[in-house]
Amino acid sequence: MKIETKNLNLWYGTFQALKEVNVAFQEKRITAIIGPSGCGKSTLLRVFNRMNDLIEGVRTSGEVFIDGVNIIDHAADLVSLRKQVGMVFQRPNPFPLSVYENIVFGQRIHGAMSKGALDEVVQQSLESVLLWDELKDRLNESAMGLSLEQKQRLCIARLIAVQPDIVLMDEPCSTLDPQATQRIEELMRELKKNYTIIIVTHNMQQAARVSDDAGFMLLGELVEFAKTEDVFTKPKDKRTEDYITGKYG
Amino acid sequence: MRKFKEYIIEKLILASGLASIFFVIVIFLFLLKEGLAVFKIVTPANFLFGKNWYPISEPPQLGIFPLILGSLLVTLGAAIISVPIGIACAVYIAEVAPVRTKEILKASIELLAAIPSVVLGFIGMVTLVPWVKSIFKLPTGLTALSGSIMLAFMAMPTIVSIAEDALYSVPRSHKEGALALGATHWQTIYRVLLPAASSGILAAVMLGIGRVIGETMAVMMITGNAALMPHSFLQPVRTLTATIAAEMGEAVVGSEHYFALFAIGIVLFVISFAINITADLFLHRKR
Ligand SMILES: Nc1ncnc2c1ncn2[C@@H]1O[C@H](COP(=O)(O)OP(=O)(O)OP(=O)(O)O)[C@@H](O)[C@H]1O
Ligand SMILES: [Mg+2]
Repeated sequence: MKIETKNLNLWYGTFQALKEVNVAFQEKRITAIIGPSGCGKSTLLRVFNRMNDLIEGVRTSGEVFIDGVNIIDHAADLVSLRKQVGMVFQRPNPFPLSVYENIVFGQRIHGAMSKGALDEVVQQSLESVLLWDELKDRLNESAMGLSLEQKQRLCIARLIAVQPDIVLMDEPCSTLDPQATQRIEELMRELKKNYTIIIVTHNMQQAARVSDDAGFMLLGELVEFAKTEDVFTKPKDKRTEDYITGKYG
Repeated sequence: MRKFKEYIIEKLILASGLASIFFVIVIFLFLLKEGLAVFKIVTPANFLFGKNWYPISEPPQLGIFPLILGSLLVTLGAAIISVPIGIACAVYIAEVAPVRTKEILKASIELLAAIPSVVLGFIGMVTLVPWVKSIFKLPTGLTALSGSIMLAFMAMPTIVSIAEDALYSVPRSHKEGALALGATHWQTIYRVLLPAASSGILAAVMLGIGRVIGETMAVMMITGNAALMPHSFLQPVRTLTATIAAEMGEAVVGSEHYFALFAIGIVLFVISFAINITADLFLHRKR
């Protein structure tokens, strides 16, 4: 098991956003988390890289193991955790720096590297998100001038450059058009060979298309978790079935 | 009817826009007319780079180089003090300070901005000036350094509040992106927030410096007002602004002295204009 949670609870102040979540994610697979708006998908995802720590008044109980280490522990090293567990956000958020500097950002903060090595990282990362040919002559241009899809790919490249082994994606295609979405999905399948991917999505078709496993959440609870196929074709829980057949919003 | 109203409003706005341009041009023309007259007596080069300012001797010596240097020295000193402290303070307020400290700091900076410059000058005169005198064992504490420190206090509120706004307006997603990549808080500030806010911070610095260069009252009170070539920060100097303020009252209208003071006005205008243009250039290069 790559990631495993045990009786995970999370409160925003007095509001409980996660309730007794027990789930295990397997290595080098894509796991989709689906559920209606506000059910706690993003919250769960942000537990795994401790991004919820940024929010005032968040309290967590239970255990979350990544490679057997409990990351909820206060002693956990956030820098190395976040290096290991990368995140792609809903809205592409490249830094207002050049394409090149965006990609080497991780390298710069995690220790010096020679210029040659950095160049190599840039090329490899851009190649793995299929942007190299498009951008190899625009490395010094600001990343803010790229198209939305290019920005999102760049954000993925920036992540790959630090060599995480888990990639968290929070609705990574929600701002993209259908063609771009399709291409990002292809990219995810490609990345699956090397990375464990967890994707939060509103889009059930997307979950069905890309994921190997799927979890359904409702009101902070993980209602069902199984192979994607099974979740969509023979859900065990009535609530999952209702959601999949469109009875919730 | 509605259309007519729209029309009137539109024309009124246009007229007020034109009026402001008109006034600027009129003021500028007046400044030019009065100021350029001095060049009948002294060449531009001798005016700008002449080392002696004795406007009422016979014949008058109208070299403003000591005054230009005085202004630059005091401004440079103020910038060296206020820019790093101001930016650091803005970062602290925007990123580090707990809510209560933040509020107290912001309120006190607003208070600092609200103190009239004469009052600051007066306080400087009775506290700062004696300190500078005794710390550096000088014959007088009325020096460029005292002026710089005083002016730094005046530039600081401008720099802090505008730089802080610039930092706040950096989208949260940049910060989250950096932290999610494993950056520490300080790395995030240094590598993402400051570059992202750099155009706003630069504007803050420029506006702060603009405020310092144009400041008159406080510098007149504590820089010693000696129109001599300055050689160090620990010497009395006189600035362009202080010269105009101090001498305009006694200059005979239409005299060489009077024209020279207007010419100093032109120089000040050009310097401020250059600062604004530089700020603009930086701002646009970023986009
Ligand atoms: N910072 C916060 N403070 C208080 N409550 C919050 C905060 N963030 C989220 N919540 C609440 O926690 C619950 C779960 O939020 P979360 O963002 O995880 O939902 P989600 O499933 O990702 O929804 P969406 O599909 O709309 O993104 C929601 O009810 C939300 O209102
Ligand atoms: Mg969400």
